[in-house]
Amino acid sequence: VKIDRYGERIPLTICDYDREKGTVLIVFQVVGASSYRMAELNEGDFFEDVVGPLGCPSELTKKTPEELRKMNILFVAGGVGTAPVYPQVKWLKEQGVTADVVQGAKNKDLVILEDEMRAVCGEHLYITTDDGSYGFHGLVTAKVEELVEKEGKRYDLCVAIGPMIMMKFVAMLTEKLGIPTVASMNPIMVDGTGMCGACRLIVGDEVKFACVDGPEFDAHKIDFDQAMKRARMYASEEGREYLREKEGKTHHGGCGNCGGQQ
Amino acid sequence: MDMMKRVPIAEQAPEERAKNFKEVCLGYTEEEARAEASRCLNCKNPRCVAGCPVSINIPAFLQQVIAGQEAKAAGIIAESSALPAVCGRVCPQETQCEGVCIRGIKGEPVAIGKLERYVADWAREHKLEPENHSEKNGQRVAVIGAGPAGLTCAGDLAKLGYEVKIFEALHEPGGVLVYGIPEFRLPKDTVVAHEVENVKKLGVEIETNTIVGKSVSVDDLLDKEGYDAVFIGSGAGLPMFMHIPGETASGVFSANEFLTRNNLMKAFREDYDTPIFAGKRAVVVGGGNVAMDAARTALRLGAETHIVYRRSEAELPARAEEVHHAKEEGVIFDLLTNPVEILQDENGWVRGVRVIHMELGEPDQSGRRRPVEIPGSEEEISADTVIMALGTSPNPLLSSTTEGLETNRKGCLIADEKTGKTTREGVFAGGDAVIGAATVILAMGAGKQAARGIDEYLRAKRA
Repeated sequence: VKIDRYGERIPLTICDYDREKGTVLIVFQVVGASSYRMAELNEGDFFEDVVGPLGCPSELTKKTPEELRKMNILFVAGGVGTAPVYPQVKWLKEQGVTADVVQGAKNKDLVILEDEMRAVCGEHLYITTDDGSYGFHGLVTAKVEELVEKEGKRYDLCVAIGPMIMMKFVAMLTEKLGIPTVASMNPIMVDGTGMCGACRLIVGDEVKFACVDGPEFDAHKIDFDQAMKRARMYASEEGREYLREKEGKTHHGGCGNCGGQQ
Repeated sequence: MDMMKRVPIAEQAPEERAKNFKEVCLGYTEEEARAEASRCLNCKNPRCVAGCPVSINIPAFLQQVIAGQEAKAAGIIAESSALPAVCGRVCPQETQCEGVCIRGIKGEPVAIGKLERYVADWAREHKLEPENHSEKNGQRVAVIGAGPAGLTCAGDLAKLGYEVKIFEALHEPGGVLVYGIPEFRLPKDTVVAHEVENVKKLGVEIETNTIVGKSVSVDDLLDKEGYDAVFIGSGAGLPMFMHIPGETASGVFSANEFLTRNNLMKAFREDYDTPIFAGKRAVVVGGGNVAMDAARTALRLGAETHIVYRRSEAELPARAEEVHHAKEEGVIFDLLTNPVEILQDENGWVRGVRVIHMELGEPDQSGRRRPVEIPGSEEEISADTVIMALGTSPNPLLSSTTEGLETNRKGCLIADEKTGKTTREGVFAGGDAVIGAATVILAMGAGKQAARGIDEYLRAKRA
């Protein structure tokens, strides 16, 4: 989406849709100048440009309901990554499959879409918070480890969506546990149609464009370290912009957004 | 005045323009244009017309310029070209109309491009509007892509009475004219936006933010949405990389990304949100017009800029005028040099490029002398930005989502040269999508021919 003529193009996941009303739902987190501006919009305001749908649909959509019903699927959702997990879990429910969902947030206030998620996976939803203010106290990886090692759960597939650092650690864990894993990557994008390569990633030995080849890839083949370094390419630029607005000259890094602590 | 030499044209001084994104060439005044047009010998068999891919009646419009009849001159050009203010600026005239001008044998050829630009700019400033007197014939054509091929094809079809709608993936129409070619060669808000408006005034509708192959398919357009024919002018927008180590480092861009950020998203302006990074020292890899555009853009963003090209100056595929401008502005050319690795620091940022020096060997299949590595000549050059301008190829999205649409080995759509007919009934194509990355005017020529091909096909259907 692009807010107005001065806006930048930013990628957001379609979280839900209603064909009859002709609407789509997007969920975003305020992390920088553009999302800050978006949060200021009111009902009745409009984005100047919305383009999509983009990217490849989930591999799960290629399977028959019978095949899906034979699978045990685990979703690991981190923060605002919960938003793109939700439509997949909802769709699976419609196919007669209930997936397990480990949903992580920094604290209780940042847990989103809990009711919606519970409606499509019931007691298979496990919420974790980093500070223990709600649900399981700890990181999503600790919960996944517990489910597999203590509760003896078996999974045929894990889908991880969240911050790259979370997806990296989920991938390291599931590799150890022998669970095939897909990560939905979130690199910097400009056009989102394959014409620029801003979103390129190393997957296995190949360079892939996340906007047309992905965003989902085999998490055990992704070079997360390279991807995380690339994602910070404009960190200081974006952070400066947002913080200039918010905190003036008083900000000296350490916010996790501006890259000032590096 | 010396009739062998062309009337000089005003340009921004190099040291001044290297710091801004305003147009370099300022254009002819009325007197200058008249004097330059008077150098035309008004040939009976004008070779310049044959040299123009859309066959503009050049001597005829030049005679009108001499007579001070700019409006008539604009009318003559409009019969053949929908984008004269663009073509007058970006066509490689030295290999087209001007390359075959008789005047060029003993002296300098007539400045046809600059005069076309003069007439088009005059028409815009005097608010001359295009007219379309055709009657609607009831048939509908969908055009995919609002670049030079699509805009030309759509404009011609509208003039033939078709109801035409263009589907464009980006948020603004113009294709490479808005995202690729920089402001300092082709102003966007005045020149490009105006020519797009002119196409709309012919009755063409443009729907932006629509990616055919994702938002809607070619099959849907033909089978469900009731279009009688489709023209594909989706260009060649897929960037190529070298596949050398370090290419995903931070600070490595495709020229498409770098130029899109700067031109389409206006990253060079403080009041736009999209960021860009040109660093202190930028290395641009490649020798075509895109490489020159990227280098001159990086320079204007404040970087010391190097062009790294594996052949010598004589083989540079860029227009001579662009190379000349780049040099004047201070772009440094590292010729007969080729990158072998991009070096990164501990944060994954570019810190330099390892290059190897080359010498020219025997001519290859393209007739150009093949560059050969000189063993042991590797060295490191420091840089914090690397821009890859190695060329582009067509995006496979349309061919992979459309039944019966075939491509060749290079991913280009297979289409008849004269009619634009593809391997799928009712689907036509032209421009870079068919021939690979080429020029604006060749795309326009292809758009024109396809419009004729589509008209023939649909006339037969009507009958």
